[in-house]
Amino acid sequence: MCLRVEDHVVLGKPEECNVVTITVDGKELQAKEGEPILAALVANGIMINRYTVKRNEPRGLFCGIGQCTDCAMVVNGKPNVRTCVTQVKAGMVIETQRGVGKGGEER
Amino acid sequence: MKREVVVIGGGPAGLAAAIEAAGLGARVLVIDANARAGGQLFKQIHKFFGSGAHRAGTRGIDIGTALLEEAEKLQVEIWLDSVVVGIFDNKELAIEVGQDSENKEVRMVRAEKLIVACGASENVVRFQGWTLPGVMGAGAAQTMINVNRVLPGKRVLMIGSGNVGLIVSYQLMQAGADVVALVEAAPKIGGYAVHASKITRAGVPIYTRHTVLRAIGKERVEGAIIAEVDERWQPVPGTEKYFEVDAIAIAAGLKPLAEMTMMAGCEMYFDPVQGGWVPIHDRNMESTCPGIYVAGDITGIEEANTALEEGRLAGVAIAEKLGRISPAAAETTKAEIWERLGGLRFGPHGEARMLAKERQIHCFEKRVR
Repeated sequence: MCLRVEDHVVLGKPEECNVVTITVDGKELQAKEGEPILAALVANGIMINRYTVKRNEPRGLFCGIGQCTDCAMVVNGKPNVRTCVTQVKAGMVIETQRGVGKGGEER
Repeated sequence: MKREVVVIGGGPAGLAAAIEAAGLGARVLVIDANARAGGQLFKQIHKFFGSGAHRAGTRGIDIGTALLEEAEKLQVEIWLDSVVVGIFDNKELAIEVGQDSENKEVRMVRAEKLIVACGASENVVRFQGWTLPGVMGAGAAQTMINVNRVLPGKRVLMIGSGNVGLIVSYQLMQAGADVVALVEAAPKIGGYAVHASKITRAGVPIYTRHTVLRAIGKERVEGAIIAEVDERWQPVPGTEKYFEVDAIAIAAGLKPLAEMTMMAGCEMYFDPVQGGWVPIHDRNMESTCPGIYVAGDITGIEEANTALEEGRLAGVAIAEKLGRISPAAAETTKAEIWERLGGLRFGPHGEARMLAKERQIHCFEKRVR
């Protein structure tokens, strides 16, 4: 699935950048180095970033600029990373966050 | 550590303030929470309104680029990925530096003069299913398409017909999405007619006196139901319409991010025209806390052009206080800025904001006296 905006009437083509591999819930995906993790996920059709603590409801992109924390995920083992303001690096391991993050459910 | 002038927020207001103060010889540090400064300018790919003096006809992204170049030329120090987490006495700031995925460090900086220009956040509309993935702020959708160059949905329902709702709908189409409809609870379209015409010419229906009832979908948005509202804003049974969509964007206005000024102890007041609680300030943009200045959307929701002018005003006023410009020269510059601000707060959309700004300044003068 390609949801990237390749050719734009005002902006033209996107800047050239390195394509790297990241792992999302055990699956390898292509992402652009330096783009927000969330953008890479949206481009790959992934809309769920986490499930809430009490009701286990899905959450995803909401504000897109680091204010709301709905897009928090587990990145390289660290929970509560706001994926909309955290940039992709090669080899990142990203997981859908359940509750407050790894181990948090048992607390 | 110490800095002469510290600006919180590197959007149009903060950058303009920094450039103005630095241009007059002050040493300026800008603190920005994002990986790049420029605030929301880089997602504004449309041409701005106003006269030539306001760089009308220029796209937001180009204004952002010009501001960053100017700031660099004037050796404005900019800390990115840096979040102010506390303001203490004597304008001392606690700043968390670094991205979420890394180890962050906290730095303490004492500012001789402080400018708070944090901007605003989007308002939400609550309806059944509003937390489903696929429901998002219109600004979030705009960031995705114009900055990150990805589509957050292929078929979008837009809630709200103010300028943001109208412009983002058009930009979603420019990015290749279908906008199935715009929904507006008021009896009339909120934004400029020129933007609304572009939408209707493209064949997108605008439903005034309508609201969204619910988002349908289990794990993400699959559809939306809208309905007509009566004079008391209540849905009229039997008027429901269903749209198959994978995204719902909400453009219901903005709210000033004024928490930082509350934390600092600045006196606030509530004005619905300004978008809620805002710090009161004088004609130099100084708040009730001496040495703490405010500019841009946190002083009342307006447009990027107004934020730029308010930032310049604060920058000049600070340079004057620091003795970098004579009072006479400062007066002239400030008068010019106020004249341009008057030009922006004019006409059917601007007059209410002009009156609100007068109330805000009057409130300051009354309290201080």
